Amino acid sequence: MVEKGCANLFTRSQKHINDNPKLPPIVNGRAKYNLESGKYLKIWQGPQHPGITGNMSLELTVCGDEIVDCKTHVGYLHRGFEKLMERRKYMQCFPIVCRIAVPEPDFNEYLFAATVEELAGIEAPERALWIRTLNLEMARLASFFMWLGGQSGSFGMNTQGQWTVTMRDYILDRFEELSGGRIYHMYMIPGGVRADLPSGFENRLLDTLKTCEKCLDDVELTMFNNSIFKKRSKGLGIIHPDIVDEFGITGPNARAAGFKRDLRKDEPYLKYDQLDFEIITGIDSDAYTRARVRLQEMYQSIDLIRQILAKMPKTGSFFTKLPNVLHWNIPEGQIYKKAECTRGEYGYYLRSDGSDKPRRIYVRGPSYTHAVSLMERLCIGGNISDTAGLMVSLHTYPPEVER
Amino acid sequence: MSLKDLVAPFMVWGRALQKPYTQKNPIITRPGADRYRGFHVNDIHKCVGCGTCEEICQNEAIDLVPVDGIETKHGDSGLRPKIDYGRCCWCALCVDICPTSSLGMSNEYIWIDSNPEVFRFIPGAENKTWDNSKKGYRRGEGYDLLEGQRVPMPMLSFEESQKTFIEMVQGFSREQALREADRCVSCGLCIATCPAHMDVPGYINAIRNDDMEEGLRIVYEANPLPASCGRVCSHACEDVCVMKHKGDALSIRWLKRYIVDRIYKGDYEKILSTGEAKNGKKVAIIGSGPGGLAAAYYLSLLGYEVTVYDSNEKAGGMIRYGIPEYRLPYEQVDKDIDYIKSLGVKIVQNTKIGEDLDFMELYNNNNAVFFSTGLKDPYGLDIPGEEFPGVTSGLSLLDDVTIGKTPDLGKSVVVVGGGNVAMDAARTSRRLNCEVTILYRRRIEDMPADVEEIHESQEEGCIIETQAIPLRIVKGDKTRLKLYWGRAEMVTDPKGGRPRPVLIEGSEEVIECDTVIPAIGQQADYSFLPEEIVNNIKFNRGMVEVNEYKQTGDLKIFAGGDIVNFKKDAISAIANGHSAAKGIDLYLNQL
Repeated sequence: MVEKGCANLFTRSQKHINDNPKLPPIVNGRAKYNLESGKYLKIWQGPQHPGITGNMSLELTVCGDEIVDCKTHVGYLHRGFEKLMERRKYMQCFPIVCRIAVPEPDFNEYLFAATVEELAGIEAPERALWIRTLNLEMARLASFFMWLGGQSGSFGMNTQGQWTVTMRDYILDRFEELSGGRIYHMYMIPGGVRADLPSGFENRLLDTLKTCEKCLDDVELTMFNNSIFKKRSKGLGIIHPDIVDEFGITGPNARAAGFKRDLRKDEPYLKYDQLDFEIITGIDSDAYTRARVRLQEMYQSIDLIRQILAKMPKTGSFFTKLPNVLHWNIPEGQIYKKAECTRGEYGYYLRSDGSDKPRRIYVRGPSYTHAVSLMERLCIGGNISDTAGLMVSLHTYPPEVER
Repeated sequence: MSLKDLVAPFMVWGRALQKPYTQKNPIITRPGADRYRGFHVNDIHKCVGCGTCEEICQNEAIDLVPVDGIETKHGDSGLRPKIDYGRCCWCALCVDICPTSSLGMSNEYIWIDSNPEVFRFIPGAENKTWDNSKKGYRRGEGYDLLEGQRVPMPMLSFEESQKTFIEMVQGFSREQALREADRCVSCGLCIATCPAHMDVPGYINAIRNDDMEEGLRIVYEANPLPASCGRVCSHACEDVCVMKHKGDALSIRWLKRYIVDRIYKGDYEKILSTGEAKNGKKVAIIGSGPGGLAAAYYLSLLGYEVTVYDSNEKAGGMIRYGIPEYRLPYEQVDKDIDYIKSLGVKIVQNTKIGEDLDFMELYNNNNAVFFSTGLKDPYGLDIPGEEFPGVTSGLSLLDDVTIGKTPDLGKSVVVVGGGNVAMDAARTSRRLNCEVTILYRRRIEDMPADVEEIHESQEEGCIIETQAIPLRIVKGDKTRLKLYWGRAEMVTDPKGGRPRPVLIEGSEEVIECDTVIPAIGQQADYSFLPEEIVNNIKFNRGMVEVNEYKQTGDLKIFAGGDIVNFKKDAISAIANGHSAAKGIDLYLNQL
């Protein structure tokens, strides 16, 4: 478990494990202990538990209130979307994909549309690309607001959660008037988007952003300056930079460890190459730094939306005519497209056999690595009361793990 | 802990004075956004029950069911979508794809009921409060999942076409046919409307799959004259095509033609089934028009020995002698007929029953007789002067051109009538370098001719005078004729029928011309039937009465074609021939 040459980045828990002779030794990253000895207790956190981000569960082995082993269990939310899509025509898959990550369906919609478009050789019009970019940033903001409420709540601060969930709802109001749906927007369709911006939408969105910004200021004051939050989150769940690539960690979780990686900059898609922004990184790689990175990314997102509204063309077509979608055969081929969602690299792999239904769609959700394998690693040596905060600080969504 | 940490909580105290975020529902109701995807609405009188919503629904939440007060008719299945809200995911793809734009969504989202059954409902038919809601999701401008415009058919220009008998319509290229076939939503309203019930979505699907052989097999299931029908069919299917609600109907006729054009005549035998072994029973068919040929084809597939008797030099009847070459080239008629002949159908030409051969001889020597002799005697104008030499008839003009004669029409021609024969006669005269005027006693929208025929004849330079009633023909200089005609006014029928043209007294105009061509319809000639047969068969206003298998009062005799059906087009005759073949098989196997 001891990582070479990074003594300053030892987690509090790792040090604790090494210093504490009462805890079982770690062999190959797993605690070696005898459950029959009476020293240890196995408890389950989840699958129904407010401290878990959704329907998954942690099988914890504790010694006192310290966690000596953790196994993550998923399977409570498996809906088989990837398989369902193999039995549906391309256009019929479009209402399914948004359900893969409930709090931010737009990344799924965008990636599905983009993969299909690329294989079919269709180009969405310029304005559609801008609207999509706008949509993705709005989704990022809404999703982060929901996470922010969870993060504060998991450390016992319930007030900020009330504010941020309201802010999210204000953004959902904008989504509702844009797409006709609050949660499942079903707005980005292969070929472009389904409707133009409603009249006066830009101004209402700018008003909402102003409200959101004010709320973020308040959250920063009351949460990031809150000593309980600081105390509990600093040094919690440190992700060592060496394991970032090993575990496939992306997004704010990697950026908080100092990795200057952001697909929006590294491999710009949509209109991100025309937007002015910097990659936000942190150093300490603990729960507090991750929260800070995300908070700054929220401010950045607000800024990006303002830039998009200023730069996007005001008129123009937003949809490219498709072949008849009832029997739309996509040429044979395969493709992988990725985008930077709030949690990291979101990817869609699409394989077409030339028929009107996808042969295989594989969804890479960043939560998979974060919630399943990374969580197991980070939990060990931690306190049982910190598990909820740790899990939320990885910002994971079980629906995206299971699909 | 820094000082900022200590004072931070007090810096947001202003929030204590703010209004709460939450709204007191139900005291304050919050309507959904203007574009909200709420409960469905459907204009059930605009909806035609095409089922495209059912087809696209990925949850299989939509079923099409009968609804009280909605009748099944051509172009309307009589069914309406019923949506199961236990399955619906409110994606609105049904709204997006609805070809009639009847389906939409309201912005209503609260519906409480203790009975779970009510949530399977038929939008528009259950008097919901949101039925007339103008708000809610509708497919907007600039976004459409279907293509409303048809692929234009390459045609000869009108300047060129009026000088030549070369086929005007040049046919789709592969790329054009694929694009046009792609527009089909496979609703099947066309199948129900086609007199022969051809599997139109089936063969259009074959085109999309680029499988012409499969397409030909599907076409031949219900129509053994596709090369001809693909050119001149009256295409009732296109009148009901659901895509018409979005703009243009699918070019179903041209797509059928495309399949046939892409297959060489010699390959038919490999592709199509040759039918059952001969059963030794004999059937005689009188008339080699579409009805007779269709009956011959299907009877021959069923194993009957079929002999067709025809008075003309070549087989085909009206599709050869009544339709000019620029619409239907003779080699295409031959393509259809040669394949039917190759199945062993004997066609005896130049034999007029009643003159060259006695009907009773056929009757006694065969197990069954089918006759579809058509309408060949043109109606006269019934005005003074119609016996002058310059007065001929539309059919005889077309007949003459077919057999290779060049009729001397002079320089100017007046065609009387508004049907397809009148248009054909007019356009044929145009190709013989005549100035053509068409007189029709009703309005242009009342003309029974196909809309495109009327349009094309105008484009080719035929002048159409409507509400014109011919009064008398008088001889002019040398061989010239003077046709006097009067203006008519349209008088509405108090019984609700179509308006009647009534001559305006005193109005009189005159056209000078060399030839007058009446083409106002024709009637049947039953003189070949001996009296004892006529007594057994029932007639109704000049038409033969038959049952659904086209069997006449004399059980051994079947009839079809223009003498049986009111539509009087090739495809109806083909459908008659097909059902007569089934009827004859049923009748002979029951013996």
